[in-house]
Amino acid sequence: MAKYLLLKHYRGAPAPVNDVPMDQWTPEEISAHVRFMHDFAARLEETGEFVDGNALAPEGEWVRYDGEGRPPVTDGPFPETKDLIAGWMIIDVDSHERAVELAGELSAAPGAGGKPIHEWLEVRPFLTATPGITECH
Amino acid sequence: MDEVLLRSLTPRVLAVLVRRGADFAAAEDAVQDALVEALRVWPDGPPRDPKGWLVTVAWRKFLDATRADAARRRREDRVEEEPPPGPAPSVDDTLRLYFLCAHPSLSPASAVALTLRAVGGLTTRQIARAYLVPEATMAQRISRAKRTVSDVRFDRPGDVATVLRVLYLVFNEGYSGDVDLAAEAIRLTRQLAAVVDHPEVAGLLALMLLHHARRAARTAPDGSLVPLAEQDRSRWDTALIAEGVGILQAALARDRLGEFQAQAAVAALHADAPTAEETDWPQIVEWYDELARLTDSPVVRLNRAVAVGEAEGPRAGLAALAALDASLPSSRLRSSGGDPIPRYTAVAAYLHERDGDLAEAARLYAEAALKAPTLAERDHLTRQAARLNARRRGRRDAAGLRKPSAARPRAT
Repeated sequence: MAKYLLLKHYRGAPAPVNDVPMDQWTPEEISAHVRFMHDFAARLEETGEFVDGNALAPEGEWVRYDGEGRPPVTDGPFPETKDLIAGWMIIDVDSHERAVELAGELSAAPGAGGKPIHEWLEVRPFLTATPGITECH
Repeated sequence: MDEVLLRSLTPRVLAVLVRRGADFAAAEDAVQDALVEALRVWPDGPPRDPKGWLVTVAWRKFLDATRADAARRRREDRVEEEPPPGPAPSVDDTLRLYFLCAHPSLSPASAVALTLRAVGGLTTRQIARAYLVPEATMAQRISRAKRTVSDVRFDRPGDVATVLRVLYLVFNEGYSGDVDLAAEAIRLTRQLAAVVDHPEVAGLLALMLLHHARRAARTAPDGSLVPLAEQDRSRWDTALIAEGVGILQAALARDRLGEFQAQAAVAALHADAPTAEETDWPQIVEWYDELARLTDSPVVRLNRAVAVGEAEGPRAGLAALAALDASLPSSRLRSSGGDPIPRYTAVAAYLHERDGDLAEAARLYAEAALKAPTLAERDHLTRQAARLNARRRGRRDAAGLRKPSAARPRAT
């Protein structure tokens, strides 16, 4: 088993196929989208593959250390940035193929017109903390 | 209440119920009910035969539950006809449980979870913590696994190799949380070795013991990896090594070689060397040849290349690595992300360094770090790349090619 982080980007990478901003959707379309996410998580919980997940606020800021005794430097928010992430889910699956398969399914969440939004998801494996049986030569 | 006793009895009681024909999920429920009863009754009057007591109560609970289920009436008739419990053949019962938990219809993750739960007697919470997943997720994984095996007709033992693979997976998880999975895997494999006479079971047990013996020396106090050659061999557990070697020798004497025995043989040769320099690399190469014959795994051939590099020099090792390249479809070598073969790039880096090509070695170490599957390995490989880069800078400085003040502007 290996854990993967599925990152839902707002608009990282190429534009999704069904690229309509969410505030242009109908309320029903938003409900359908939210229900899809919910059902997806519930289904993974049942297969024993769900670890955690959450949505993130669209606006964040950059923070940096600015020297002893000084408050941290902040910059932003950056509502236009391409780096914004809408939410994430952690799954624990048998194989990389399974992680990609699930990300593909999650990307089919319905959007405007009830059609899949084809949004890009970033799939990142977790590094494990403990070494296994293999030794470094 | 003796928790250790209960934990050791639970799988055996469960195994008796399963042997008598109770389906897995119902048997587990019944055993849980019996344990609750034991917690209530035993403090006032502990039974003389705790296992017999638990079997009797669990069986009664199972019958009660079965009776309550009208749809199972026919089955109840069948089980009622079973002879009353005599002295239970607990050896076969436990074995049956191992095979049921490692049934081929289960995914590896489910088989591991079910084995830890049913054979190991761990709680769902302990297993969830060990695998760093929520308890609800692990509970679902286990109950799905139970459903999957509930209809399995289990009248003859399955494939030993499947059981061994599950135990090996548990061992490889190492430890995290409050359960040491490596120790748990050893405990379960010991138990299996006591009830099944098979050289590969002995081989796996020997392999686990030999690896476990080196555990204390494998990481520095700060958690970083210590390569085999640099380990403080006085910290290896000699008692575990002696036990592992003894078990392995007995298994090898039976002349039915298998994958785990051959891997254990390699581990034993490492454990046997007083210093890294005195390692018997030619013999290790021979064992990897055996392993390659048994498994034809690219990982084995990668490890063989390392051994060849030590036995015959880095050029020979690089040639073995090149032969491995040629035998693989190019897509498996060029796939992005992780290494197509775990540690392939790290091995290439190591052999280039020994061959004196520091620039190529540093480049490959940095590349290997990006592909490392564990945090400890990534940090280790990054340090290797940094070490070589520092050495190369030092050489250039010494040769007057670069003034010390003209340090490189960005971090390497």
